[in-house]
Amino acid sequence: MQPAQAIDWSYAPAPETFPVELAPEHGLFIGGNFVDPRSRKHFDTIDPATERKLSRVAEAGKADVDVAVKAAQKAFKGWSRMRPAERAGYLFRIARRIQERARELAVLESMDNGKPIKETRDVDVPLVAQHFFHHAGWCDKLAHAVPGVDPRPIGVCAQVIPWNFPLLMAAWKIAPALACGNTVVLKPAETTPLTALRLAEILQEVDLPPGVVNIVTGAGETGRLLVEHPGVQKVAFTGSTEVGKRIARACAGTDKRLTLELGGKSPNIIFADAPMDQAIEGIVNGIWFNQGQVCCAGSRLLVEESVVDEVIGRLTHRMRSLRVGNPLDKNTDVGAINSRAQLERVNSFIECGVREGADRIVCFDGALPDTGYWVAPTLFRGVQPAHTIAREEIFGPVLTVLTFRTPDEAIARANDTNYGLSAGVWTSRASKAYEVAAGMKAGVVWLNTFNQFDATSPFGGFKESGFGREGGRAGLAAYLA
Amino acid sequence: MATVTKTWKLFIGGAFPRTESGRTIKAVAGGTVHHLCKASRKDLRDAVESARGAQAKWASSTAYLRGQILYRLAEMLEARRGEFVEAIRATSRVTPRKAKAEVEASIEHVVSFAGWTDKIAIVLGSQNPVAGPFYTFTGIEATGVVGVLAPDESPLLGALALACPALAAGNAVVLVASERHPIPALVLSEALATSDVPGGACNILTGDHAELVPAMATHRDIDAIVAAAKGKHAVALKAGAAENMKRVTIVDPSSDFTDARWRSPVAFRGVTEAKTVWMPSMA
Repeated sequence: MQPAQAIDWSYAPAPETFPVELAPEHGLFIGGNFVDPRSRKHFDTIDPATERKLSRVAEAGKADVDVAVKAAQKAFKGWSRMRPAERAGYLFRIARRIQERARELAVLESMDNGKPIKETRDVDVPLVAQHFFHHAGWCDKLAHAVPGVDPRPIGVCAQVIPWNFPLLMAAWKIAPALACGNTVVLKPAETTPLTALRLAEILQEVDLPPGVVNIVTGAGETGRLLVEHPGVQKVAFTGSTEVGKRIARACAGTDKRLTLELGGKSPNIIFADAPMDQAIEGIVNGIWFNQGQVCCAGSRLLVEESVVDEVIGRLTHRMRSLRVGNPLDKNTDVGAINSRAQLERVNSFIECGVREGADRIVCFDGALPDTGYWVAPTLFRGVQPAHTIAREEIFGPVLTVLTFRTPDEAIARANDTNYGLSAGVWTSRASKAYEVAAGMKAGVVWLNTFNQFDATSPFGGFKESGFGREGGRAGLAAYLA
Repeated sequence: MATVTKTWKLFIGGAFPRTESGRTIKAVAGGTVHHLCKASRKDLRDAVESARGAQAKWASSTAYLRGQILYRLAEMLEARRGEFVEAIRATSRVTPRKAKAEVEASIEHVVSFAGWTDKIAIVLGSQNPVAGPFYTFTGIEATGVVGVLAPDESPLLGALALACPALAAGNAVVLVASERHPIPALVLSEALATSDVPGGACNILTGDHAELVPAMATHRDIDAIVAAAKGKHAVALKAGAAENMKRVTIVDPSSDFTDARWRSPVAFRGVTEAKTVWMPSMA
């Protein structure tokens, strides 16, 4: 008889090999053309999994932002007065073209952002196409969209988006703005500009009138110049609460309309009567989807005290089978952290958690890649509600576990935060699920599921998670005068 | 027969306290001297605290009940028609005819919002046909504690036009009365006290706007503000939003509050939140 051999359960590499051509340098997208920046400045964008430079991107300065806003102003008259069905035609074609170039966009997104190809391919890019398709259909139905509102466009929209869902956030911003007849100047995040610029190519391919969408790349200063430009009538921002507050102050003395989608510290509540297998998967999806770099991440796990050992036991077992590594590998579950700055921020929170006395549990057995920015899925037990890691948004793959005894205590603890973006509730009793959902001070509540998104479904927060919604007709209201 | 002159007080938590500051404002009107409370920032904080305490219960009472309670408030206004006309004319040169029209419109306004409570979610909510095996719907909820700044023109109708949507949706209100013409809001507080609006759900303060507006703007436990304001007050209120991301709606103080838009669903925009709930449709 052969001696028993240890079985190697590791997967063979399964890299996504779809070729993506990348120009060495990217200009700004203004007035329908890619143009060199007047600032004459560029910056590098890198692949966070390898730290390899992907391309050079223009850094828009004051003059560039000014030209972009003027292009959007010039385009507004024609675009806002265009026959709605004709406007819809452009948006439908954008959706179709995104579907045709889906694989390319997914690969490029994984390269520039560090998130697994599994996610960009199955979540980000399909939602992007759906968002344009859904909003295309609104163009000629705006009179029925928002009760009491005469559907007039607002004007030029300044849209500043984050790096965690670069193309999806571009779609969430651009599609409703255009459907309502507005024109746009979009500023992608400095670490993830490439897919927005690829979207600009698609806009050229469908012959979108010049200036209807302009894309200015750059860092925070470019965003500030755009938001504060007097030619802008509407500001939409997704990002940190800190920057959101700064924007709210900057817009206070103006008549600019403002919507803000900011941070979160969302509770994921597990009752003892939860369907446990699904709940464990829901916890994993809630915090390790996109490396936890999700504003609505279920980063505060609230577990009914009687089942906390069972939940942690099952969860740590599941954590061992998460594959961390090459984002372009089709089997990868957890990819790279988006930037060195974010890596340092996440690590400092982990150190803080240890320092404040919580128990850090890491179940990752493999080796993290030598280059790139990585954090193994981490959970903290023994967390007190006052701990920094239980209160502040970490925006990384770090889960804190707290307990509760009664539904009332679960609701109170869940709402014990300045944020109010999302919440998860896991129980087999529908009446309990709805009662807890009603008690949540949160804009999105997932019952026995987590991290679901759809173009037809409004997304956005209560309290310091911002104001305004994206998706559905609540989202359209933000782009009508 | 001796005349008893009235002492006007604040309306906080369903009771009529004097301002903790002990300060008063003298308003001389048609030979009558009125002494009103000059509310302090502490009074504002007390009013917010009492609003916070009352809000959850007011919001969780059924829409039908909130509707009946607002209708009862309209009945209480009706009973004070004459008093309101006098209150409007006390500090202004409005003709009796115009004052009567404002009271008429105010009562109608409250009745209209009594009828709104159980229709907000029908008109503004939705079932969302998502592309997956989920049942998903969006409900409309109260934002929380709402600060209302009433205009000087149409001091009664303006105050109600701004406060009624918030109340109907289940918010608790801290109403700062018109600075120039505060007496109609004080008569309103007496109508509120005898209606079934729960104590704390609607609080009323009189005082100096220059003092109260900055305090309102930066108060961290006010979730939304609906203000008839312009100039520096408007800027201060919008900048104050940055403190805690409160929702700020600025209204032109000289608006015609009899216009239909003040009774349209748009009135709920700054005082309600969309909450979207997802659940698997097959488990």
